[in-house]
Amino acid sequence: MIEISDKDIAVDELRQQMMDPGAGGLCVFEGWIRNENDGRKVRCLEYEVYAPLAISEGEKVLAEARQRFPHLQAICVHRAGLLEIGDCAVWVGVASAHRDEAFKACRYIIDQIKVRLPIWKKEHYVDGDSGWVNCERCANV
Amino acid sequence: MKTIIVRYFAMFREHAGLGQETLRLDVATALDVFEQTRSRHQSTEPSGHCKVAINDEMADWDSVVNDGDTVLLFPPVAGG
Repeated sequence: MIEISDKDIAVDELRQQMMDPGAGGLCVFEGWIRNENDGRKVRCLEYEVYAPLAISEGEKVLAEARQRFPHLQAICVHRAGLLEIGDCAVWVGVASAHRDEAFKACRYIIDQIKVRLPIWKKEHYVDGDSGWVNCERCANV
Repeated sequence: MKTIIVRYFAMFREHAGLGQETLRLDVATALDVFEQTRSRHQSTEPSGHCKVAINDEMADWDSVVNDGDTVLLFPPVAGG
């Protein structure tokens, strides 16, 4: 399941949703808003998401992860809107019988989401300037 | 000539000063739409890291566009 949300990500509730008697473990990645990027002090960050395609493309990513690294359940939630430093921008959880599939599927999902989903972020800097982030590093994944 | 609805997102929308426009264009592919709108709005962004969708389906730059299609132009994405 993938969800785009304009509200705080409820990480404890998500963890509960992942509970499965057949699961031997849960691998979670949380992406947070940090206060610096490329040497510039960041004040806050704005995510623009084209939800219809972010969801359909995200579902494809989850299906690929399920096929490559069989697991019990995967959930991804990505934020839209204005976020402050320390906020959780993206949450990926994968529950599986064994840790190897959970780690690999979680890594695959977050890597693909960064480069494939129509999501953009605009950084607002402490000095009052702002700019769209070009995820050049992500393009090389 | 084809009637194409072009939608712009993020930096493309800010650069064009609008989110959507309907244009009469002499185009065959999604790349043609990208190039013609890039010229129209004096954008210097290359297609390399950009993405395109047609009628809400992800597409390739060489995908054929038809009369009445909606072409969505996505600047480099940066989720996560």
